[in-house]
Amino acid sequence: MQKLLEAITINFIKDNRYLYIVTGFKNTMIITFFATIIGIVLGLIIALIRTTYDNTRKLKVANAICHIYITVIRGTPVVIQLMILFFCIFTSRHVSGVMIAIIGFGMNSAAYVAEIFRSGLMSIEVGQMEAGRSLGLSYLDTMRYIIIPQAFKVVLPSLCNEFIVLIKETSIAGYVAVQDLTKGGDIIRSRTYDAWTPLLAVAGIYLLLTCIFSAFAKRLEQSLRKNERTNNG
Amino acid sequence: MKKIISLILSISVLALLVGCGSKSTVASTDTASSETAAKPKQKLILCTNAEFPPYEYKEGGEYVGIDIECAKLIGEKLNAEIEIMDIAFDSLIPTIMSGKADFAMAGMTVTEDRLKNIDFTHTYQTAVQTIVVPQNSDITSVDDLSDKKIGVQTGTTADIYCSDDFGDEAVERYSKIIDGFQAMKAGKVDACVVDDQVAKAIVAQDGGSFKILSSAYAEEEYAIAVKKGNTELLNKLNNAIDEIKGSGQLLQIVNKYIH
Repeated sequence: MQKLLEAITINFIKDNRYLYIVTGFKNTMIITFFATIIGIVLGLIIALIRTTYDNTRKLKVANAICHIYITVIRGTPVVIQLMILFFCIFTSRHVSGVMIAIIGFGMNSAAYVAEIFRSGLMSIEVGQMEAGRSLGLSYLDTMRYIIIPQAFKVVLPSLCNEFIVLIKETSIAGYVAVQDLTKGGDIIRSRTYDAWTPLLAVAGIYLLLTCIFSAFAKRLEQSLRKNERTNNG
Repeated sequence: MKKIISLILSISVLALLVGCGSKSTVASTDTASSETAAKPKQKLILCTNAEFPPYEYKEGGEYVGIDIECAKLIGEKLNAEIEIMDIAFDSLIPTIMSGKADFAMAGMTVTEDRLKNIDFTHTYQTAVQTIVVPQNSDITSVDDLSDKKIGVQTGTTADIYCSDDFGDEAVERYSKIIDGFQAMKAGKVDACVVDDQVAKAIVAQDGGSFKILSSAYAEEEYAIAVKKGNTELLNKLNNAIDEIKGSGQLLQIVNKYIH
């Protein structure tokens, strides 16, 4: 017990070292939050283009671009993408590491989210689209009011899974000198030479984050299922 | 039915016992053989961070550099085979503390904080922390570094000094110092602080985009790190260092890499 208190004092209290964790936590949250938004928006656009092509054979060029995008992004490690963005593409000093991490993780996540959305959109039976169109709704309106709301419910669990992966994936942002949660722990480790305490603390915070996120996603899932018939009903 | 079940159970228990028994015998022969193999020549594990020319780096798949050659020379003196373990600089001390490696040579400076966790041998090399800036930079001394972005390698003395002197916001920490130099080339950091010989090696290799400032940032001394309390190894290493220092062999190695 004495030893534990001592370890906590040295690793977090002395020289205000807990600030490394606080800043790291803040940066991890910022990166995850904005990357999630980019991922969902870009992912949805890609998924819509791909399904539209599959259904109507329109948007041929856009579909080809999306296809290449997904192939490249899914086919290369995210840490390499991040370093290419940092060292080769955004070489201006005005683009901060956090910004690059947001763009990198957002673009990476979009490729996966696109495929998740696409599987959801494809899972809705053709009759729904036909019904919408026969009632006089345009293709986009049918998508927006009929297909997407149903598809969203289907993809929610895998979408939630993707974002849990994303939270943890941001831990490689330290490669481009971003002080995220993992790097914060690493800096403390490099000052105190104690491996256990900072690593366990950082692991605990990630676990807590993903638990909170899963709980939130579960509630959302339940509230979306309110209109469904129950098994015994 | 009951008989069959009890038969199966007893067979499985027997199999389990035999399994365990054979496993433990295998383990014991294993350790025995490694002990006999180690007797004529002891094996010492050197942990280092081979991203730090000219002290330690890789050339054609081989580990080379001042520290590596010194370690091999010391190995000869101690009649030990040196095995190299290449890890991140900020993991060196925890690795020594955990006993996964026997000693660390990685251009490591003796500091008070480090001494709390590990023991250092006699110093074997003096180094200077220098400031490297792009060729066209207007930074001319340490005083110009305030409000600038400084690239360092995580956990090095440069990182610790700069964080203390200029604040955490001013310091960009890279896992390898080469990444810091690349970021400087891309204009993301204004200066890099690093050990002088490393700076010279990188600047020479790069060919023209950086310059080293003549005013030094800090002076320090390198030593070998061993696990706290391992006085036997510490004394052996100290004797070996004194020997190669006295005989001029150390200087020979240094001159080979530093011109």
